[in-house]
Amino acid sequence: MGEENKVILHGMWASPFSKRVELALRLKGVPFEYKEEDLRNKSSQLLHYNPVYKKVTVLVHNGRPIAESSLIILEYIDETWKNSLQLLPEDPYKRAKVRFWTSFIEQQLFQTMITVIKTDGEAQEKAIKEVLEKLEMLEEGMKEFFPDRNPSIDSENLGLLDLVFFSSFGLHKVREEVLGIQIIDPEKTPLLFSWVKAINQLPLVKELTPPHDKLVAFLKFIRECSQVFFNLV
Amino acid sequence: MAESDVKVKVLGSWSSPFVMRAMIALNIKSVNYEYLEERLWVGKSELLLKSNPVHKKIPVLFHGDKPICESLIIVQYIDEVWSSTPSILPSDPHERATARFWAAYLDEKWFPSMRTIAIAQGEDARKAAIAQLEEGLVLLEEAFGKCSKGKPFFGGDQIGYLDIAFGCFLGWLRVTEKMSGINLLGEAKTPALFKWAHRFCSDAYVKDVMPETEKLAEFGKMIMAKMRGVAPPKS
Repeated sequence: MGEENKVILHGMWASPFSKRVELALRLKGVPFEYKEEDLRNKSSQLLHYNPVYKKVTVLVHNGRPIAESSLIILEYIDETWKNSLQLLPEDPYKRAKVRFWTSFIEQQLFQTMITVIKTDGEAQEKAIKEVLEKLEMLEEGMKEFFPDRNPSIDSENLGLLDLVFFSSFGLHKVREEVLGIQIIDPEKTPLLFSWVKAINQLPLVKELTPPHDKLVAFLKFIRECSQVFFNLV
Repeated sequence: MAESDVKVKVLGSWSSPFVMRAMIALNIKSVNYEYLEERLWVGKSELLLKSNPVHKKIPVLFHGDKPICESLIIVQYIDEVWSSTPSILPSDPHERATARFWAAYLDEKWFPSMRTIAIAQGEDARKAAIAQLEEGLVLLEEAFGKCSKGKPFFGGDQIGYLDIAFGCFLGWLRVTEKMSGINLLGEAKTPALFKWAHRFCSDAYVKDVMPETEKLAEFGKMIMAKMRGVAPPKS
């Protein structure tokens, strides 16, 4: 592959931020090279491309890096490769709503989920309560996006919101198994439950999802050194 | 119905840097709007709670009956709806990503340090926050060089997305300098930003919506007193 139009993704197999960028590139049909970063020993390239945060995920296009957040990277991908699958809707008001909810999922919901993973005891209970409350807010917000309450997703209509929600909560069963709690409850948040199930069934998603056991083992591992891990991804 | 016939309103507070962003963007696009002041200390209004039930925060932009929340999302919405020149975001995707990156950095890392200085418990916490602020300014000085490419603003010849995102904090930055006695945005350390700050504050789209530093400083003292649980100074 020549330098012209070369795309490299510096990622990490268990990082939700990497995963959503990987999915987006695959959905758009963009050829790219994937470089798995060893978090304990980051490549000098990564540090050069992301000097401010020093984290994965970084997309490099024609030698120029686009770093942090993955939402910025996803909008870049959408604007650069304008083909039939658009990640964001055309209408400005709908775009504003997608941006609002993706920001909510990323900054409010997912950050609290990280606290649940990192902590135990009372701190964890408090964070769990917060996550469940926020998931109910998301459930409410998503009613506008899925008016018939029946998300029918296929690879042709996956969008930014689907990618962000899926990468943040798609593997909720892994977390539920390791943490012993119910995160996406089919009774309390039926819409979110059927939404994530619909995405999980897509062939491309199945292909890019690591095996359940590997994820369970990894989650157990990072709970032990969680302080370190979440500063690296 | 033409865009110009649909009513535009901004729900905000005179002291909020985030609200300024919305107003500057509307000014750039020559959009007439009605400004509604949300009085922050008397409890949140019905309108705010109804239009932004998730975050309950200003600014909220009303375009007809559609509410749009979150200042940077509002600025992008304004740029996309009133798509005639001048543009607020750059046209090149890489430059757009860079502008968004620094705006996110300002909101998620830089501005929170500024707030920390005001409420920090203990000298170490305060010093750490000041160091973070100064470090950020050095990074932004470098970013300015790359983004402006010798032109007066981050956005080039005219103010753009990153100018708006960063410039709205200048009022509170001046207040922080006054209250801490430290020169943060200085001619020696960050010469390009120093000059940019003057240009930004005197820009036609900005000067009428930038609150006076004195007024902000008085307000700042009042907030700090409230946050520390003491009686606010009589103004």
